[in-house]
Formats: sequence, C-alpha cells, structure tokens
Amino acid sequence: MTTTVTPTAPAPAQPSAPSVLTRLRVPGGFLLGAVLLLGVAPLVLPDFRLSLLAKYLCYAIVAVGVSLAWGRGGLMVLGQGVFFGLGGYAMAMHLKLADAAATGQTLPDFMQLYGTSDTLPWWWKPFGNPLFAIAMTVLLPMAVAAVLGFFVFRRRVKGAYFAILSQALAAALAIWLVGQQATTGGTNGLTDIQGFFGYDLNDPVNQRTVYVIIAAALLLVMALARQLFVSRFGELLVAVRDSEERVRFLGYNPANVKLVAYVVAAGMAGLAGALFVPAVGIISPALIGIVPSIGFVIGAAVGGRASLVGAVLGAIAVAWAQSTLSDAFPAAWTYLQGLLFVLAVGFLPGGLASLATVVRNRRTRPTGSGETA
Amino acid sequence: MTVILNQSFTGISIGAVLLLIALGLTLTFGQMGVINMAHGEFIMAGAYTTYVLQQSISGAGVSLLVALPLAFLVAGSLGALLEWLLIRRLYTRPLDTLLVTWGVSLMLQQLARDIFGAPNVQTRAPDLLTGNISVGGITLANSRLFILGLALLCVLGLTLVLRLTPLGRRIRAVVQNRDLAEVSGIASEQVDRTTFFIGSGLAGVAGVALTLVGPIGPTTGTNYIVDAFLVVVVGGIGQLKGSVITAFVLGVLQAVLEYSTTISVAKVVVLVAIVAFLQWRPQGLYTLRTRSLA
Repeated sequence: MTTTVTPTAPAPAQPSAPSVLTRLRVPGGFLLGAVLLLGVAPLVLPDFRLSLLAKYLCYAIVAVGVSLAWGRGGLMVLGQGVFFGLGGYAMAMHLKLADAAATGQTLPDFMQLYGTSDTLPWWWKPFGNPLFAIAMTVLLPMAVAAVLGFFVFRRRVKGAYFAILSQALAAALAIWLVGQQATTGGTNGLTDIQGFFGYDLNDPVNQRTVYVIIAAALLLVMALARQLFVSRFGELLVAVRDSEERVRFLGYNPANVKLVAYVVAAGMAGLAGALFVPAVGIISPALIGIVPSIGFVIGAAVGGRASLVGAVLGAIAVAWAQSTLSDAFPAAWTYLQGLLFVLAVGFLPGGLASLATVVRNRRTRPTGSGETA
Repeated sequence: MTVILNQSFTGISIGAVLLLIALGLTLTFGQMGVINMAHGEFIMAGAYTTYVLQQSISGAGVSLLVALPLAFLVAGSLGALLEWLLIRRLYTRPLDTLLVTWGVSLMLQQLARDIFGAPNVQTRAPDLLTGNISVGGITLANSRLFILGLALLCVLGLTLVLRLTPLGRRIRAVVQNRDLAEVSGIASEQVDRTTFFIGSGLAGVAGVALTLVGPIGPTTGTNYIVDAFLVVVVGGIGQLKGSVITAFVLGVLQAVLEYSTTISVAKVVVLVAIVAFLQWRPQGLYTLRTRSLA
C-alpha cells in the first residue's frame, strides 16, 4: 500500500507545473513578431508602405478580439464595426475638436458647414478632454457590448440569432450616423484630421510614431488574448462553445462567460478604431457598416479563427490583398475574394493556420500510423 | 386621419415587400438553420430577369406576367445549385454557411456588374400599375397594391403547399424532427434541395416585385437582406404566420416612425424594439415545441 502512494503523489502536479511555466514564459514567436513589427518593418518599409501596414495592423487588433469571441467562444460577432466605429468616432471627435481649437475655432469644420447652431452639441463637449476621449475609445464600446450582451446572452439568444442581431446593430449605427450629418459628418464621416495630441499627422516622422504605437498595441492585445486563452477562463470559454448545456449542468453560467469574451472583443475593436483614425485620417459610416463588419470576421476566418496568430496574419493578408489587388484588378479581385471565402471557410474551417495539420493528417492516414508524425 | 391612413398603407406596402423577401428565408433559414446571405442576390437575379425580359418582350404587362414564373425558376435553380454545390456540405456548421454564402454573394454581385454594368437600371411598369386609386381620401399606388396582392398570394400558395401536398408534409416533418423524418423513410436531403429551390424561387418573385418599387442594381438584394432576416428571427423559425405578422408590424412601425422622426432614427428604434422583444420571447413570436436542447 505504501509503495503505491509515493509514485502517484507527484503525478497530479506534473501537468500543472509546465503549464505555469508556459504561462509566464515569453514565447519565442512573440519575440520574433515584436522584432519584425517594431524593428524590421520601420527600417525596411518606406513611409507609404508603413502607413498602409499601420492600417492593416488595426484590422489585426480587431481580429484578435474576433478570435477570442468567435474562435474560442463560438460567438459569431458580425457587428464588430459598431465597436470599431465607437472607438474611432470617440478618437476622431477629440482630434477634430483639437484641430479646431488649434486654429482658434470653437466648432469642427464640418459643423460650420452643415450645422444648424453655433454651439457644440452637449455630447461632443466632454470629448474636448483628451483623457476622457482616450478612455471612451475603449470604455464606450465595452459598455455598449456589456449592456447588449447582458440582455442577449441572459435570454440565451445564440447562434444565428445572435449573428443577425449583431449585424443589424452595425447597420443601425451606420444608418444613424449617416442621418445625423450636422453632428456626425453624415456619409463623409469625420475627415481631414490634422493633428494627433499636438503632433502634426502630415509629418512622416509622426506617422512612423503612430505606426509604432499601433504595432505595440497589437502586441499588447495579443499578449492579453494569449493569457486569456490559456487561463481557466479560456478553457471555460471553449467549453461553452463546444457544449453550452454541459457547462450549465456543471454549475457555471455560460451567459457570464460569453459576456466577458464579447466585452473584451468589443474593447479591442474600440482600441483598433481609435488607432485607425490617426493612421488613416478618417472615420466614416462606410468603414463600420455591415460589409466591413463581415470583413473583420473574414480575415480571422481565412487565417484561422481559433488560432491567435492565424487570425492576425489572416486579417493582415486579406487587408493587404484587398488594397493591393483591388486597385490593380477590381473585377477579378472580387471573384477571387468570394472564392477565397468559400474555399477557406467551406473547406478549411480551421483556416490557413490548420493547413499544415490537414496536410500532415492526409499524408499519415494511408499508412495508418498517426503516432509517428 | 388621412395622414395616419396614408402612413399605414405605406407601412403595409413596406411590410408586403419585406414579407415577400422573408418568405423564402423562412423556408431556408427556418427549415435548415442555414443563413443564406446569397438570398439577396437571388432577389437581384429575379429583378434582372424582369429587366432582360423587357428587352425582348415589348409589352410591359406581358413581360411582367412572364417574369414572375421565370424569375421563380431562375432564382430557384440558382438556389438549388448553391445547395448542391456548397450548403449541403455545411449542414453541421450552420454559422459558417453565413460566411460561405457571403462569398458567393460577392461573386454574384460582381457577375451582375460585369453583365449589366454597375449603374442601376430602370424597368418599365405596365400602364395598369402606374396610376393611383383614391379611396376615402387616401391614395393607394397601384403598384403597391399589386405587390401586396402578390405577397398575400405567395403566402396563400405556400401555405397550401405546406399543408396539403405530400411535399409539404415531408417538409414539415423534416423541420420538426429531422432524425425521426429520416427513419420514417423521408429522403431528407432531397427535401432540403426542394425546399431550397422553393425558398430561393420566392426570392426571385420578390425581385420581380422590387422592379416596381424603384431602379434595380447589383446591390439591390443586399439592401433588404438584413431586414428580412430580422423578420424571420422575430417571427419565429419554421412558421409562416410569425413572418407574416412580423413583416406587417415592422413595416407599419417603420412607416409611422419615419413620419414622426427621421428614417435613420426609425431604423434604430425598430432595432431596439426587436432586441427588447427578443428579451420577452427569445425564440420569436411563434415557435415549434421540440424536445431538443439546442
């Protein structure tokens, strides 16, 4: 009896010990990514390419949230444009006010053009404060997601219902923004943003700084998401995705688990929107409606929704292909894009990230020895 | 008073268009849980069928009458093809069909752009449908009345098919319990394809109706698709009466709100109302009682 106790006692500790180590260790891939994004890219790429990359990285930040909520949580978040837009508009409102103040005006330029009154609308006023605006870029999307998610998940609205609701939300926000031209700039959106907290955005040096900020934000968001993935919460999230009923029978409330994932994803999208504004200089309803909202999901789907790196690379690749190929071959690109979605989602559900596994499985299947690979 | 009546009629005609579009979705989304984003492009296909027919048949009335069954066939065949090529492989992953069919819808839109050009095209309405009827001080556009009649006719036809024919019985059986239907000897895959054919065909009919509302273009279907999905979600899965009631209620609500506020505010209010409604009845207005946990 005594001999059996000694070998089994350390055994349960065995799996948990390395997992603590991996949680704390900075993975080599992460360091490589940091070196590429923060070191190599700014050195190698010319100003124009770098500012394009900054834009793609903003989409990648959204994709990190999509990977969390959809890839791990099974929540089809088709309305990320809403949160991207809220973050973007919060930032753009502050920058417009700052631009106006720099030239001695009290109203942003478009309000002088379309506005009906000489005073700033009350809900614009707090955005004159930079700290408030920066906080709002993340907190506002998270608050909206929390309210919506609380009601929706509590009543177990899920699957297709949730997807369609979130999509309708994106449509509604875009339509509302278009309708309020006097206070939101309407279809044009908030354009022609000159400065970023006192720095001139037309200066290439400052554009490079904006790139570095975005790249750092992406790395930060990825690190956060990775911690969430490997945490107990991350495992619970996957469990909710795969069998919500079982999780409920085990005594957890799946609504809360989903809510956290949804709110965090919304915060990431808001951050991405806020960083998008100085990188591109515009935020408009066309960037946040139904089509771009699906676009946010597509990048992650092509790359691999459940894989963090896959989702990020997918988002960057699709955004790159979009802007590069759509200029050169507009018609052919649309066909290619459609075909890409059909093939990637329909026949490779794990995305390109799972390609290696799929190929390996194909190769080993005829021999029947899956263990050797 | 006349203002209220006029707005109500506008609402009912908005509802009729919504209903026509949502009918096909009720079938495909309701029966198979498949979110077909390309449904909007089947509407577009129906609309362009009308346009093409008008190029060859000079009489607008005759071409419209020919277009109705032809659009049904064209859109239905596209739907059956899509089902056969892609959707039947994705039944276990219904949410992924959304993205896949979105890809298909991108390609179909571009195809329409390549064939018919990017700008919208205008079809001629038959003389009979261009006028108005005045009843008790309210003006009823003939074309709107025609759409209303068409929508009701489609509902009636579909109800009869579902209730009385052997095909309808098989469709209802598969909706209610796929496994049990299969062990009872129903070839569920065949039923799926037929359902998809009918559902997509109805989208084509909706497309013909849309040519009477305004110019049509490559993005005609996309503009309506989200609203149509909302109708199905609120109405409840697999039930025609839910969709019928919801379409008209949403249409009237939209029209009344548009009159009292603006279009954009109306859209937002309708959406908030829908979220609130789903709090009350998460499964929609009418639900099938099943024992499944999902």
